[in-house]
Amino acid sequence: MSTLLEVRGISKSFRGLRAVTDASFEVPQGTIRALIGPNGAGKTTCFNVIAGVFAPDAGAITFDGRPIHGLRPDQVCRAGIGRTFQIVKPFAGLSVIENVIVGALKRAPSVPAAKKHAAEIVEKLGLGAKRDLPASSLTLPDRKRLEVARALATRPKLLLLDEVMAGLRPTECDQMVEIFREINRADGLTILLIEHVMRAVMALAQHVIVLNHGEVIARGTPAEVVRDAAVLECYLGEEAEV
Amino acid sequence: MNRAHALLALLVACLAALPLVANSYVLSVATLILFFAFAGQAWNVMMGFAGQLSLGHSLYVGVGAYAAAGLYFHYGLGAWAGIWLAIALCVLLGAAIGFLAFRFGISGVYFALLTIAFAEFTRIGFDHIDWLGGPGGLFIKVEHRVGWDLVNLRGAPAMFYYVMLALTAAAFALCAGLLRSRAGYYWQAIRENEEAAQALGINTFRWKMLAVVISAAMTAVAGVFFAFYYNNLFPEQIFHISRSIEIILGPIIGGLGTLFGPILGAAVLTVLADGITELLAALGWEFPGVKQVFYGIVLLAVIMFLPHGIWPALARKLGVGR
Repeated sequence: MSTLLEVRGISKSFRGLRAVTDASFEVPQGTIRALIGPNGAGKTTCFNVIAGVFAPDAGAITFDGRPIHGLRPDQVCRAGIGRTFQIVKPFAGLSVIENVIVGALKRAPSVPAAKKHAAEIVEKLGLGAKRDLPASSLTLPDRKRLEVARALATRPKLLLLDEVMAGLRPTECDQMVEIFREINRADGLTILLIEHVMRAVMALAQHVIVLNHGEVIARGTPAEVVRDAAVLECYLGEEAEV
Repeated sequence: MNRAHALLALLVACLAALPLVANSYVLSVATLILFFAFAGQAWNVMMGFAGQLSLGHSLYVGVGAYAAAGLYFHYGLGAWAGIWLAIALCVLLGAAIGFLAFRFGISGVYFALLTIAFAEFTRIGFDHIDWLGGPGGLFIKVEHRVGWDLVNLRGAPAMFYYVMLALTAAAFALCAGLLRSRAGYYWQAIRENEEAAQALGINTFRWKMLAVVISAAMTAVAGVFFAFYYNNLFPEQIFHISRSIEIILGPIIGGLGTLFGPILGAAVLTVLADGITELLAALGWEFPGVKQVFYGIVLLAVIMFLPHGIWPALARKLGVGR
Protein backbone atom coordinates (compact mmCIF):
# COMPACT_ATOMS: atom_id res chain seq x y z
CA MET A 1 0.00 0.00 0.00
CA SER A 2 1.65 3.19 -1.10
CA THR A 3 1.25 6.44 0.80
CA LEU A 4 -0.98 8.98 -0.94
CA LEU A 5 -0.78 11.77 1.64
CA GLU A 6 2.08 12.22 4.04
CA VAL A 7 1.95 14.95 6.68
CA ARG A 8 5.35 15.40 8.32
CA GLY A 9 5.74 17.52 11.45
CA ILE A 10 3.39 20.37 10.55
CA SER A 11 2.85 23.23 12.97
CA LYS A 12 0.54 26.20 12.70
CA SER A 13 0.06 29.06 15.16
CA PHE A 14 -2.36 31.96 15.10
CA ARG A 15 -0.86 34.99 16.87
CA GLY A 16 1.02 32.79 19.27
CA LEU A 17 -1.84 30.37 19.81
CA ARG A 18 -0.58 26.98 18.71
CA ALA A 19 -3.38 25.27 16.80
CA VAL A 20 -1.31 22.37 15.49
CA THR A 21 2.06 21.27 16.88
CA ASP A 22 4.40 18.93 15.07
CA ALA A 23 1.62 16.71 13.74
CA SER A 24 2.58 13.77 11.55
CA PHE A 25 0.40 11.13 9.94
CA GLU A 26 -0.11 9.50 6.59
CA VAL A 27 -3.02 8.28 4.53
CA PRO A 28 -2.28 5.24 2.38
CA GLN A 29 -3.77 4.94 -1.10
CA GLY A 30 -7.30 3.52 -1.14
CA THR A 31 -7.97 3.71 2.62
CA ILE A 32 -10.42 5.61 4.78
CA ARG A 33 -8.85 7.31 7.79
CA ALA A 34 -10.44 9.46 10.46
CA LEU A 35 -9.04 12.42 12.35
CA ILE A 36 -10.81 12.77 15.69
CA GLY A 37 -10.34 14.76 18.85
CA PRO A 38 -12.21 17.10 21.18
CA ASN A 39 -13.32 20.58 20.11
CA GLY A 40 -10.40 22.88 19.48
CA ALA A 41 -7.95 20.02 19.00
CA GLY A 42 -6.73 21.45 15.68
CA LYS A 43 -8.48 19.10 13.29
CA THR A 44 -9.94 21.74 10.98
CA THR A 45 -6.67 23.70 11.07
CA CYS A 46 -4.93 20.51 9.93
CA PHE A 47 -7.39 20.28 7.03
CA ASN A 48 -6.95 23.91 6.13
CA VAL A 49 -3.18 23.50 6.07
CA ILE A 50 -3.46 20.43 3.83
CA ALA A 51 -5.99 22.17 1.56
CA GLY A 52 -3.79 25.25 1.16
CA VAL A 53 -5.92 27.76 3.07
CA PHE A 54 -2.94 28.34 5.39
CA ALA A 55 0.71 27.57 4.76
CA PRO A 56 2.22 25.59 7.67
CA ASP A 57 4.73 27.40 9.91
CA ALA A 58 6.87 24.29 9.83
CA GLY A 59 6.72 20.81 8.36
CA ALA A 60 6.07 19.24 4.99
CA ILE A 61 3.09 17.75 3.20
CA THR A 62 3.62 15.32 0.35
CA PHE A 63 0.75 14.30 -1.88
CA ASP A 64 1.06 11.72 -4.60
CA GLY A 65 4.83 11.98 -4.44
CA ARG A 66 5.16 15.76 -4.61
CA PRO A 67 5.27 18.51 -1.97
CA ILE A 68 2.06 20.55 -1.73
CA HIS A 69 2.61 22.72 1.36
CA GLY A 70 2.44 26.40 0.50
CA LEU A 71 0.30 25.86 -2.60
CA ARG A 72 -2.91 27.88 -3.01
CA PRO A 73 -6.25 26.07 -2.44
CA ASP A 74 -6.99 25.95 -6.17
CA GLN A 75 -3.60 24.40 -6.85
CA VAL A 76 -4.15 21.80 -4.14
CA CYS A 77 -7.51 20.98 -5.71
CA ARG A 78 -5.85 20.62 -9.09
CA ALA A 79 -3.27 18.28 -7.56
CA GLY A 80 -6.19 15.99 -6.69
CA ILE A 81 -7.51 16.87 -3.23
CA GLY A 82 -11.20 17.64 -2.86
CA ARG A 83 -12.59 19.06 0.37
CA THR A 84 -15.82 19.96 2.11
CA PHE A 85 -16.29 22.75 4.62
CA GLN A 86 -17.44 22.17 8.18
CA ILE A 87 -19.56 25.30 7.92
CA VAL A 88 -21.15 24.60 4.57
CA LYS A 89 -20.46 27.08 1.80
CA PRO A 90 -22.98 26.48 -0.97
CA PHE A 91 -23.22 28.82 -3.96
CA ALA A 92 -26.59 29.90 -2.59
CA GLY A 93 -27.87 31.71 -5.67
CA LEU A 94 -27.12 28.82 -8.02
CA SER A 95 -29.15 25.65 -8.41
CA VAL A 96 -27.99 22.33 -6.99
CA ILE A 97 -26.85 21.06 -10.37
CA GLU A 98 -25.06 24.34 -11.17
CA ASN A 99 -23.16 24.07 -7.88
CA VAL A 100 -21.90 20.66 -8.91
CA ILE A 101 -21.18 21.75 -12.50
CA VAL A 102 -18.74 24.34 -11.12
CA GLY A 103 -16.81 21.51 -9.47
CA ALA A 104 -17.06 19.24 -12.50
CA LEU A 105 -15.64 21.92 -14.82
CA LYS A 106 -12.25 21.46 -13.16
CA ARG A 107 -11.58 18.24 -15.04
CA ALA A 108 -14.22 18.35 -17.76
CA PRO A 109 -13.08 19.45 -21.22
CA SER A 110 -16.32 21.33 -21.91
CA VAL A 111 -19.49 22.64 -20.26
CA PRO A 112 -21.72 19.87 -21.69
CA ALA A 113 -19.28 17.22 -20.41
CA ALA A 114 -19.32 18.87 -16.98
CA LYS A 115 -23.13 18.92 -16.98
CA LYS A 116 -23.23 15.20 -17.71
CA HIS A 117 -20.72 14.36 -14.99
CA ALA A 118 -22.49 16.63 -12.50
CA ALA A 119 -25.85 14.96 -13.22
CA GLU A 120 -24.36 11.54 -12.39
CA ILE A 121 -22.93 12.77 -9.10
CA VAL A 122 -26.12 14.54 -8.07
CA GLU A 123 -27.97 11.24 -8.62
CA LYS A 124 -25.37 9.31 -6.66
CA LEU A 125 -25.73 11.62 -3.66
CA GLY A 126 -29.52 11.36 -3.76
CA LEU A 127 -30.08 14.98 -4.77
CA GLY A 128 -31.61 14.12 -8.15
CA ALA A 129 -35.11 15.31 -7.25
CA LYS A 130 -33.74 18.67 -6.08
CA ARG A 131 -31.30 19.31 -8.87
CA ASP A 132 -32.96 22.47 -10.15
CA LEU A 133 -33.78 24.01 -6.79
CA PRO A 134 -31.64 26.91 -5.58
CA ALA A 135 -29.00 25.71 -3.12
CA SER A 136 -30.30 28.28 -0.63
CA SER A 137 -33.54 26.30 -0.29
CA LEU A 138 -31.84 23.08 0.84
CA THR A 139 -32.03 21.69 4.37
CA LEU A 140 -28.79 21.22 6.31
CA PRO A 141 -28.44 17.48 5.53
CA ASP A 142 -28.90 18.25 1.83
CA ARG A 143 -26.39 21.07 2.02
CA LYS A 144 -23.89 18.61 3.48
CA ARG A 145 -24.62 16.26 0.60
CA LEU A 146 -24.13 19.13 -1.81
CA GLU A 147 -20.72 19.88 -0.27
CA VAL A 148 -19.73 16.27 -0.88
CA ALA A 149 -21.16 16.26 -4.41
CA ARG A 150 -19.26 19.40 -5.36
CA ALA A 151 -15.98 18.06 -4.00
CA LEU A 152 -16.48 14.69 -5.70
CA ALA A 153 -17.17 16.43 -9.01
CA THR A 154 -13.56 17.65 -9.12
CA ARG A 155 -12.56 13.95 -9.46
CA PRO A 156 -10.21 13.97 -6.47
CA LYS A 157 -7.76 11.24 -5.55
CA LEU A 158 -8.17 12.19 -1.90
CA LEU A 159 -11.36 13.50 -0.33
CA LEU A 160 -11.19 15.57 2.86
CA LEU A 161 -14.52 15.46 4.71
CA ASP A 162 -14.96 17.97 7.52
CA GLU A 163 -17.81 16.82 9.77
CA VAL A 164 -20.26 15.95 7.05
CA MET A 165 -22.29 13.78 9.45
CA ALA A 166 -22.91 16.50 12.03
CA GLY A 167 -26.59 17.31 12.28
CA LEU A 168 -27.70 14.21 10.38
CA ARG A 169 -30.21 11.77 11.85
CA PRO A 170 -28.85 8.24 12.43
CA THR A 171 -30.55 6.86 9.31
CA GLU A 172 -29.23 9.74 7.19
CA CYS A 173 -25.81 9.16 8.71
CA ASP A 174 -25.96 5.48 7.71
CA GLN A 175 -26.92 6.47 4.16
CA MET A 176 -23.89 8.75 3.95
CA VAL A 177 -21.65 6.01 5.33
CA GLU A 178 -22.96 3.69 2.64
CA ILE A 179 -22.25 6.28 -0.07
CA PHE A 180 -18.63 6.73 1.08
CA ARG A 181 -18.07 3.01 1.38
CA GLU A 182 -19.37 2.53 -2.13
CA ILE A 183 -17.21 5.32 -3.57
CA ASN A 184 -14.17 3.99 -1.73
CA ARG A 185 -14.80 0.42 -2.91
CA ALA A 186 -15.84 1.09 -6.50
CA ASP A 187 -13.60 4.03 -7.41
CA GLY A 188 -10.76 3.39 -4.98
CA LEU A 189 -11.13 6.92 -3.61
CA THR A 190 -8.98 7.64 -0.55
CA ILE A 191 -10.81 9.48 2.23
CA LEU A 192 -9.62 11.42 5.28
CA LEU A 193 -12.47 12.52 7.51
CA ILE A 194 -12.86 14.70 10.56
CA GLU A 195 -15.78 13.38 12.51
CA HIS A 196 -17.42 13.62 15.90
CA VAL A 197 -20.14 11.12 15.14
CA MET A 198 -18.47 7.92 16.40
CA ARG A 199 -21.14 5.81 14.73
CA ALA A 200 -19.76 6.95 11.38
CA VAL A 201 -16.11 6.74 12.42
CA MET A 202 -16.53 3.16 13.62
CA ALA A 203 -18.36 2.17 10.46
CA LEU A 204 -15.99 3.84 7.99
CA ALA A 205 -12.44 4.22 9.21
CA GLN A 206 -9.94 1.38 9.29
CA HIS A 207 -7.52 3.63 11.13
CA VAL A 208 -8.00 6.61 13.44
CA ILE A 209 -5.67 9.48 14.33
CA VAL A 210 -6.47 11.33 17.57
CA LEU A 211 -5.50 14.97 18.05
CA ASN A 212 -5.57 16.89 21.30
CA HIS A 213 -4.25 20.42 21.83
CA GLY A 214 -2.78 20.29 18.34
CA GLU A 215 -0.75 17.14 18.97
CA VAL A 216 -1.27 13.57 17.82
CA ILE A 217 -1.87 11.62 21.03
CA ALA A 218 -2.94 8.25 19.68
CA ARG A 219 -3.42 6.26 16.51
CA GLY A 220 -4.72 2.84 15.65
CA THR A 221 -7.87 0.98 14.75
CA PRO A 222 -11.14 2.49 16.02
CA ALA A 223 -11.45 -0.31 18.58
CA GLU A 224 -7.94 0.39 19.87
CA VAL A 225 -8.23 4.15 20.25
CA VAL A 226 -11.52 4.08 22.13
CA ARG A 227 -9.77 2.04 24.83
CA ASP A 228 -6.65 4.20 24.86
CA ALA A 229 -6.10 5.86 28.24
CA ALA A 230 -4.86 9.16 26.79
CA VAL A 231 -7.86 9.35 24.48
CA LEU A 232 -10.32 8.63 27.25
CA GLU A 233 -8.66 11.27 29.37
CA CYS A 234 -8.89 14.00 26.78
CA TYR A 235 -12.55 13.30 26.11
CA LEU A 236 -13.75 12.55 29.62
CA GLY A 237 -11.16 14.17 31.87
CA GLU A 238 -8.94 12.45 34.43
CA GLU A 239 -10.45 9.62 36.33
CA ALA A 240 -11.78 11.08 39.52
CA GLU A 241 -11.65 9.45 42.90
CA VAL A 242 -15.14 8.61 43.93
CA MET B 1 -36.86 28.79 -24.21
CA ASN B 2 -38.66 29.15 -27.53
CA ARG B 3 -41.03 31.61 -26.01
CA ALA B 4 -38.09 33.70 -24.80
CA HIS B 5 -36.57 33.66 -28.30
CA ALA B 6 -39.88 34.72 -29.86
CA LEU B 7 -40.27 37.62 -27.44
CA LEU B 8 -36.69 38.66 -28.02
CA ALA B 9 -37.16 38.60 -31.81
CA LEU B 10 -40.32 40.68 -31.46
CA LEU B 11 -38.50 43.22 -29.32
CA VAL B 12 -35.60 43.50 -31.77
CA ALA B 13 -38.05 43.93 -34.67
CA CYS B 14 -39.88 46.72 -32.83
CA LEU B 15 -36.62 48.45 -31.97
CA ALA B 16 -35.39 48.15 -35.56
CA ALA B 17 -38.60 49.72 -36.87
CA LEU B 18 -38.68 52.51 -34.29
CA PRO B 19 -36.92 55.26 -36.36
CA LEU B 20 -39.59 54.86 -39.05
CA VAL B 21 -42.30 56.08 -36.71
CA ALA B 22 -40.55 58.00 -33.94
CA ASN B 23 -39.89 61.73 -33.90
CA SER B 24 -36.46 63.08 -33.05
CA TYR B 25 -37.25 63.44 -29.34
CA VAL B 26 -38.36 59.83 -28.96
CA LEU B 27 -35.36 58.69 -30.96
CA SER B 28 -32.96 60.60 -28.71
CA VAL B 29 -34.54 59.04 -25.60
CA ALA B 30 -34.35 55.60 -27.21
CA THR B 31 -30.66 56.14 -28.04
CA LEU B 32 -30.01 57.17 -24.46
CA ILE B 33 -31.78 54.04 -23.19
CA LEU B 34 -29.63 51.86 -25.43
CA PHE B 35 -26.50 53.67 -24.27
CA PHE B 36 -27.31 52.94 -20.63
CA ALA B 37 -28.42 49.42 -21.50
CA PHE B 38 -25.06 48.79 -23.14
CA ALA B 39 -22.97 50.37 -20.37
CA GLY B 40 -25.12 48.62 -17.77
CA GLN B 41 -24.45 45.27 -19.40
CA ALA B 42 -20.74 46.01 -19.31
CA TRP B 43 -20.89 46.80 -15.58
CA ASN B 44 -23.09 43.76 -15.00
CA VAL B 45 -20.32 41.44 -16.23
CA MET B 46 -18.16 42.60 -13.35
CA MET B 47 -20.70 43.02 -10.56
CA GLY B 48 -23.67 40.94 -11.65
CA PHE B 49 -21.70 37.95 -12.87
CA ALA B 50 -18.45 38.01 -10.90
CA GLY B 51 -19.59 39.98 -7.83
CA GLN B 52 -16.91 42.69 -8.02
CA LEU B 53 -18.44 46.07 -7.18
CA SER B 54 -17.14 48.93 -9.30
CA LEU B 55 -18.32 52.43 -8.50
CA GLY B 56 -15.90 53.99 -10.93
CA HIS B 57 -17.04 52.89 -14.35
CA SER B 58 -17.07 56.52 -15.48
CA LEU B 59 -13.30 56.01 -15.67
CA TYR B 60 -13.64 53.70 -18.67
CA VAL B 61 -16.37 55.80 -20.30
CA GLY B 62 -14.15 58.86 -20.01
CA VAL B 63 -10.86 57.33 -21.06
CA GLY B 64 -12.55 55.55 -23.98
CA ALA B 65 -14.27 58.76 -25.05
CA TYR B 66 -11.15 60.92 -24.79
CA ALA B 67 -8.94 58.38 -26.55
CA ALA B 68 -11.13 58.17 -29.64
CA ALA B 69 -12.09 61.86 -29.64
CA GLY B 70 -8.45 62.90 -29.26
CA LEU B 71 -7.36 60.81 -32.23
CA TYR B 72 -10.19 62.23 -34.34
CA PHE B 73 -9.62 65.81 -33.23
CA HIS B 74 -5.87 65.84 -33.79
CA TYR B 75 -5.28 63.30 -36.54
CA GLY B 76 -8.68 62.90 -38.19
CA LEU B 77 -8.73 59.19 -37.36
CA GLY B 78 -12.29 57.87 -37.30
CA ALA B 79 -14.09 56.29 -34.38
CA TRP B 80 -13.45 52.75 -35.56
CA ALA B 81 -9.71 53.33 -35.43
CA GLY B 82 -9.91 55.13 -32.12
CA ILE B 83 -11.99 52.38 -30.58
CA TRP B 84 -8.95 50.07 -30.48
CA LEU B 85 -6.89 52.61 -28.59
CA ALA B 86 -9.84 53.20 -26.27
CA ILE B 87 -10.22 49.49 -25.58
CA ALA B 88 -6.48 49.00 -25.11
CA LEU B 89 -6.18 51.85 -22.62
CA CYS B 90 -9.22 50.77 -20.63
CA VAL B 91 -8.07 47.15 -20.54
CA LEU B 92 -4.72 48.33 -19.18
CA LEU B 93 -6.39 50.52 -16.56
CA GLY B 94 -8.82 47.77 -15.57
CA ALA B 95 -5.98 45.28 -15.32
CA ALA B 96 -3.98 47.68 -13.15
CA ILE B 97 -6.89 48.25 -10.75
CA GLY B 98 -7.74 44.54 -10.71
CA PHE B 99 -4.14 43.54 -10.10
CA LEU B 100 -3.71 45.98 -7.23
CA ALA B 101 -6.94 44.89 -5.59
CA PHE B 102 -6.94 41.14 -6.14
CA ARG B 103 -3.22 40.62 -5.63
CA PHE B 104 -3.39 42.29 -2.24
CA GLY B 105 -6.74 40.88 -1.19
CA ILE B 106 -8.77 44.09 -1.37
CA SER B 107 -12.41 43.22 -1.80
CA GLY B 108 -15.95 44.40 -1.18
CA VAL B 109 -16.39 48.06 -0.29
CA TYR B 110 -12.62 48.61 -0.25
CA PHE B 111 -12.45 47.47 -3.84
CA ALA B 112 -15.33 49.84 -4.66
CA LEU B 113 -13.41 52.69 -3.01
CA LEU B 114 -10.36 51.87 -5.11
CA THR B 115 -12.43 52.12 -8.30
CA ILE B 116 -13.81 55.50 -7.19
CA ALA B 117 -10.28 56.70 -6.41
CA PHE B 118 -9.05 55.79 -9.88
CA ALA B 119 -11.96 57.56 -11.56
CA GLU B 120 -11.47 60.65 -9.41
CA PHE B 121 -7.77 61.08 -9.90
CA THR B 122 -8.14 60.44 -13.60
CA ARG B 123 -10.72 63.24 -13.67
CA ILE B 124 -8.29 65.59 -11.96
CA GLY B 125 -5.49 64.40 -14.23
CA PHE B 126 -7.51 65.16 -17.36
CA ASP B 127 -8.08 68.70 -16.14
CA HIS B 128 -4.36 69.16 -16.71
CA ILE B 129 -4.02 67.60 -20.14
CA ASP B 130 -4.10 70.64 -22.40
CA TRP B 131 -3.72 68.46 -25.47
CA LEU B 132 -7.24 67.19 -24.77
CA GLY B 133 -8.65 70.59 -23.87
CA GLY B 134 -8.18 70.44 -20.11
CA PRO B 135 -11.08 71.66 -17.99
CA GLY B 136 -12.37 73.74 -20.94
CA GLY B 137 -13.43 70.57 -22.74
CA LEU B 138 -12.78 68.87 -26.05
CA PHE B 139 -15.16 69.56 -28.94
CA ILE B 140 -15.31 67.55 -32.10
CA LYS B 141 -16.79 68.98 -35.25
CA VAL B 142 -20.45 68.35 -35.88
CA GLU B 143 -21.10 67.64 -39.54
CA HIS B 144 -23.25 65.46 -41.79
CA ARG B 145 -26.28 65.75 -39.58
CA VAL B 146 -28.37 64.18 -42.32
CA GLY B 147 -26.11 61.67 -44.06
CA TRP B 148 -24.79 58.33 -42.86
CA ASP B 149 -21.01 58.41 -42.55
CA LEU B 150 -20.59 55.16 -40.67
CA VAL B 151 -16.86 55.06 -41.27
CA ASN B 152 -16.30 58.27 -39.29
CA LEU B 153 -19.37 57.83 -37.09
CA ARG B 154 -20.76 61.17 -38.24
CA GLY B 155 -24.35 61.38 -39.32
CA ALA B 156 -28.03 61.56 -38.57
CA PRO B 157 -29.57 60.68 -35.20
CA ALA B 158 -31.09 57.55 -36.73
CA MET B 159 -27.61 56.28 -37.60
CA PHE B 160 -26.47 56.69 -33.99
CA TYR B 161 -29.60 54.92 -32.88
CA TYR B 162 -28.88 51.92 -35.10
CA VAL B 163 -25.21 51.83 -34.08
CA MET B 164 -26.23 51.79 -30.43
CA LEU B 165 -28.88 49.15 -31.12
CA ALA B 166 -26.29 46.93 -32.82
CA LEU B 167 -23.85 47.43 -29.94
CA THR B 168 -26.50 46.60 -27.34
CA ALA B 169 -27.55 43.48 -29.25
CA ALA B 170 -23.91 42.41 -29.59
CA ALA B 171 -23.32 42.95 -25.88
CA PHE B 172 -26.42 40.90 -25.08
CA ALA B 173 -25.17 38.03 -27.26
CA LEU B 174 -21.70 38.27 -25.71
CA CYS B 175 -23.10 38.22 -22.16
CA ALA B 176 -25.40 35.30 -22.96
CA GLY B 177 -22.45 33.36 -24.36
CA LEU B 178 -20.21 34.21 -21.41
CA LEU B 179 -22.84 33.20 -18.87
CA ARG B 180 -23.18 29.76 -20.44
CA SER B 181 -19.45 29.24 -20.70
CA ARG B 182 -16.91 28.07 -18.16
CA ALA B 183 -16.26 31.73 -17.30
CA GLY B 184 -19.92 32.27 -16.43
CA TYR B 185 -20.00 29.36 -14.01
CA TYR B 186 -16.70 30.34 -12.42
CA TRP B 187 -17.71 33.99 -12.04
CA GLN B 188 -20.98 33.10 -10.38
CA ALA B 189 -19.20 30.69 -8.06
CA ILE B 190 -16.76 33.46 -7.07
CA ARG B 191 -19.68 35.85 -6.58
CA GLU B 192 -21.53 33.41 -4.33
CA ASN B 193 -18.60 32.19 -2.24
CA GLU B 194 -15.02 32.90 -3.17
CA GLU B 195 -13.47 30.49 -0.67
CA ALA B 196 -15.58 27.59 -1.89
CA ALA B 197 -14.80 28.51 -5.48
CA GLN B 198 -11.10 28.38 -4.76
CA ALA B 199 -11.46 25.01 -3.05
CA LEU B 200 -12.97 23.71 -6.29
CA GLY B 201 -9.79 24.52 -8.15
CA ILE B 202 -10.75 27.94 -9.53
CA ASN B 203 -7.90 30.40 -9.82
CA THR B 204 -10.02 33.27 -8.52
CA PHE B 205 -7.42 35.94 -9.27
CA ARG B 206 -7.31 35.08 -12.95
CA TRP B 207 -11.08 34.87 -13.44
CA LYS B 208 -11.77 38.09 -11.57
CA MET B 209 -9.17 39.82 -13.73
CA LEU B 210 -10.92 38.51 -16.83
CA ALA B 211 -14.25 39.94 -15.66
CA VAL B 212 -12.71 43.35 -15.01
CA VAL B 213 -10.92 43.42 -18.33
CA ILE B 214 -14.00 42.43 -20.36
CA SER B 215 -16.14 44.95 -18.49
CA ALA B 216 -13.58 47.71 -19.02
CA ALA B 217 -13.27 46.95 -22.74
CA MET B 218 -17.05 47.04 -23.23
CA THR B 219 -17.37 50.28 -21.29
CA ALA B 220 -14.61 51.80 -23.45
CA VAL B 221 -16.80 51.17 -26.48
CA ALA B 222 -19.64 52.99 -24.75
CA GLY B 223 -17.26 55.89 -24.17
CA VAL B 224 -16.31 56.09 -27.85
CA PHE B 225 -19.98 56.22 -28.79
CA PHE B 226 -20.57 58.90 -26.17
CA ALA B 227 -17.81 61.10 -27.61
CA PHE B 228 -19.09 60.92 -31.18
CA TYR B 229 -22.75 61.25 -30.24
CA TYR B 230 -22.45 64.25 -27.93
CA ASN B 231 -19.36 65.76 -29.60
CA ASN B 232 -18.18 67.47 -26.42
CA LEU B 233 -16.27 66.10 -23.46
CA PHE B 234 -15.53 67.69 -20.10
CA PRO B 235 -13.52 65.86 -17.43
CA GLU B 236 -15.83 67.33 -14.81
CA GLN B 237 -18.82 65.61 -16.40
CA ILE B 238 -17.61 62.43 -17.95
CA PHE B 239 -15.50 61.17 -15.05
CA HIS B 240 -17.96 62.31 -12.41
CA ILE B 241 -19.17 59.72 -9.94
CA SER B 242 -22.77 60.52 -10.82
CA ARG B 243 -22.08 59.01 -14.25
CA SER B 244 -20.87 55.80 -12.61
CA ILE B 245 -24.02 55.74 -10.50
CA GLU B 246 -26.23 56.30 -13.54
CA ILE B 247 -24.60 53.32 -15.22
CA ILE B 248 -25.13 50.97 -12.30
CA LEU B 249 -28.73 51.94 -11.46
CA GLY B 250 -30.10 50.23 -14.56
CA PRO B 251 -28.72 46.75 -13.79
CA ILE B 252 -29.60 47.05 -10.09
CA ILE B 253 -33.19 48.06 -10.79
CA GLY B 254 -33.57 45.69 -13.73
CA GLY B 255 -31.96 42.69 -12.06
CA LEU B 256 -28.35 42.19 -11.07
CA GLY B 257 -26.62 39.30 -12.80
CA THR B 258 -29.46 38.71 -15.24
CA LEU B 259 -29.10 39.07 -18.99
CA PHE B 260 -32.10 41.26 -19.61
CA GLY B 261 -32.09 43.23 -16.37
CA PRO B 262 -29.65 45.97 -17.45
CA ILE B 263 -31.68 46.63 -20.62
CA LEU B 264 -35.02 46.69 -18.82
CA GLY B 265 -33.62 48.81 -16.00
CA ALA B 266 -32.19 51.37 -18.42
CA ALA B 267 -35.53 51.60 -20.22
CA VAL B 268 -37.59 51.97 -17.04
CA LEU B 269 -35.30 54.57 -15.50
CA THR B 270 -34.78 56.70 -18.59
CA VAL B 271 -38.40 56.70 -19.70
CA LEU B 272 -39.77 57.46 -16.26
CA ALA B 273 -37.12 60.06 -15.39
CA ASP B 274 -37.56 61.85 -18.71
CA GLY B 275 -41.30 61.51 -18.46
CA ILE B 276 -41.39 63.12 -15.04
CA THR B 277 -39.08 65.93 -16.11
CA GLU B 278 -41.26 66.59 -19.17
CA LEU B 279 -44.44 66.41 -17.15
CA LEU B 280 -43.18 68.89 -14.60
CA ALA B 281 -41.92 71.18 -17.36
CA ALA B 282 -45.33 71.05 -19.04
CA LEU B 283 -46.90 72.05 -15.73
CA GLY B 284 -44.49 74.92 -15.53
CA TRP B 285 -42.51 73.49 -12.60
CA GLU B 286 -38.85 73.04 -13.08
CA PHE B 287 -36.78 71.63 -10.27
CA PRO B 288 -33.08 71.14 -10.84
CA GLY B 289 -32.09 67.66 -9.62
CA VAL B 290 -35.59 66.20 -9.87
CA LYS B 291 -34.13 63.33 -11.90
CA GLN B 292 -31.73 62.38 -9.11
CA VAL B 293 -34.49 62.46 -6.51
CA PHE B 294 -36.56 60.29 -8.79
CA TYR B 295 -33.69 57.80 -9.22
CA GLY B 296 -33.49 57.57 -5.45
CA ILE B 297 -37.19 56.88 -5.09
CA VAL B 298 -37.20 54.18 -7.77
CA LEU B 299 -34.14 52.55 -6.21
CA LEU B 300 -35.81 52.53 -2.79
CA ALA B 301 -39.01 51.08 -4.18
CA VAL B 302 -37.20 48.32 -6.06
CA ILE B 303 -35.04 47.37 -3.08
CA MET B 304 -38.11 47.24 -0.85
CA PHE B 305 -40.49 45.38 -3.11
CA LEU B 306 -38.34 43.58 -5.70
CA PRO B 307 -34.93 43.02 -4.11
CA HIS B 308 -33.79 40.91 -7.07
CA GLY B 309 -34.84 43.60 -9.55
CA ILE B 310 -37.75 43.92 -11.92
CA TRP B 311 -36.69 41.39 -14.51
CA PRO B 312 -36.73 38.16 -12.42
CA ALA B 313 -40.31 38.94 -11.32
CA LEU B 314 -41.36 39.90 -14.84
CA ALA B 315 -39.65 36.87 -16.37
CA ARG B 316 -41.73 34.58 -14.15
CA LYS B 317 -44.92 36.34 -15.30
CA LEU B 318 -43.89 36.00 -18.94
CA GLY B 319 -42.91 32.40 -18.41
CA VAL B 320 -39.37 32.81 -19.73
CA GLY B 321 -35.95 32.09 -18.24
CA ARG B 322 -33.60 34.76 -17.03
